[in-house]
Amino acid sequence: MVDLSVEIGKLKLKNPIMTASGTFGYGEEFADFIDLNRLGGIIVKGTTLHHREGNPYPRMAETPSGMLNAVGLQNKGVDYFIEHIYPHIKDLDTRVIVNVSGSSIDDYVAVCEKLNPLEKIAAVEINISCPNVKQGGMGFGTTCSGAESVTSAVRKAYDGTMIVKLTPNVTDVTEIARAVEAAGADAVSLTNTFLGMAIDVEKRRPMLSTITGGLSGPCIRPIAVRMVWQVANAVKVPVVGLGGIMNGRDAIEFMLAGATAVEIGTANFVDPQVTVKAIDWIEDYLRRHNISSVRELIGAMEV
Amino acid sequence: MDFIVSENLSISPLYGLLKLTPSTGVMPDTRPGQFVQVEVANSKTTFLRRPISICYVDEEKGQLWLLVRRAGEGTAALLETKAGEKVNLVMPLGNGFSTSFDGEMLLIGGGVGVAPLLQLGKVLNKMGKKVRFLLGARSKSDLLLLDEFRRWGEVYVSTEDGSEGERGFVTQHSILGEKVDHIACCGPLPMMKAVAKIAQEKGIDCEVSLENMMACGLGACLCCVEDTADSGHVCVCKEGPVFNISRLKW
Repeated sequence: MVDLSVEIGKLKLKNPIMTASGTFGYGEEFADFIDLNRLGGIIVKGTTLHHREGNPYPRMAETPSGMLNAVGLQNKGVDYFIEHIYPHIKDLDTRVIVNVSGSSIDDYVAVCEKLNPLEKIAAVEINISCPNVKQGGMGFGTTCSGAESVTSAVRKAYDGTMIVKLTPNVTDVTEIARAVEAAGADAVSLTNTFLGMAIDVEKRRPMLSTITGGLSGPCIRPIAVRMVWQVANAVKVPVVGLGGIMNGRDAIEFMLAGATAVEIGTANFVDPQVTVKAIDWIEDYLRRHNISSVRELIGAMEV
Repeated sequence: MDFIVSENLSISPLYGLLKLTPSTGVMPDTRPGQFVQVEVANSKTTFLRRPISICYVDEEKGQLWLLVRRAGEGTAALLETKAGEKVNLVMPLGNGFSTSFDGEMLLIGGGVGVAPLLQLGKVLNKMGKKVRFLLGARSKSDLLLLDEFRRWGEVYVSTEDGSEGERGFVTQHSILGEKVDHIACCGPLPMMKAVAKIAQEKGIDCEVSLENMMACGLGACLCCVEDTADSGHVCVCKEGPVFNISRLKW
């Protein structure tokens, strides 16, 4: 029997496969396709203090081996989540993590204060990397001082595991990672989407209502793997890797680069069963390579 | 679920009809107006599934029909699939058209948007209702599956160049001068908006099927939203694709 469990700080996961925020709804959308209890964790849709309508349509454009999105954190707000969503998902036998976003530091703190008492919320993922909102979001994640101030403010308000989700749209992601580590983050996750853009040349108009949007999918994976590797070598806290993971092989690639766990995002849109297939694949990989624990793979790339 | 391509019929360089058989042999229950998300295994540059309306369910032969227009590389790859090949569908998705209404109905379709109206017409016909189709296209060669439609109801046609039926847009067709109590419509967005406008003016109950670009089809990615009068942004894949125009901000 191989051991798939991993630990992100104090947070124990039954396996390293989680779902990336904004690609898996609240899990319920996928309950017809997979047993949600098999997942290492579910990171729910980005949650803000107040209801957000998100950006106007069109919000997506398919690009070679990827897609741009400009959803803009559409969600019904943290109170709605606690009242109407949490009761449905709290008894799942998986780690439920809430992705938190805000347009001010006070917003982040207020959301985390509301989540803090919820026993079955395993962790928060602080999103300082959304490229699709006018205020806040990525604005906090592109400077060390911004990232540090959000992280330290949330640290005071939230007692559980805090993962900070980093943007790749910076000159040196290791500087930001070090800043949030110093400010009290228990882990970092990366990468969020890459800022991108596509134009309909026949109409000479942008494909997205917001002109620019976030690029995800397998086209970004090599860049994300590189950044995970850099960050894993720069900080002591666990790194959660994501960016274009389409299967178990890709998940292992991130772990070898230094990730303790991974998030599968855009691939859920293509195959609603991709997460459990990846878990099965990893289990088989460990057997094939005669490895007893998946933890042995973390940062185990040989140069 | 996996399906096997039984037939891939080329209608013209632009259109094809895929007839698919479930590998399990068991056809899932569907409602007219629902859609499927088709995996495109042989596409070099696309990787998302293609949302395509259920055109028709042939219960006798156990086949599901998808009417496909060559729009980009994904649909082009779909039209290249050969009989015997496997395609994976996520289905059935969304909510369909209403079938419980009284009075005179008209099912209005344009271009490849005629697809879901065939199954809708069949279901309504089998319920004993009088079915009328108004099908529009640019030209005669863009009129699709006319003989199939004629099996289930009266067919009225308009083409922009007058090569078949009445010349002009569907909204100019003389059938709209007759009594209509309920419209079900699917086609290009400008056509649906024009039909909706007439329905609003005449007080006709009207449903339209939207085709907003989507990624997942499951209500997770929140990409395909339509702004509604009652609930703001809602997912077309989950709350639609069929909407009563009274909900839309058209």
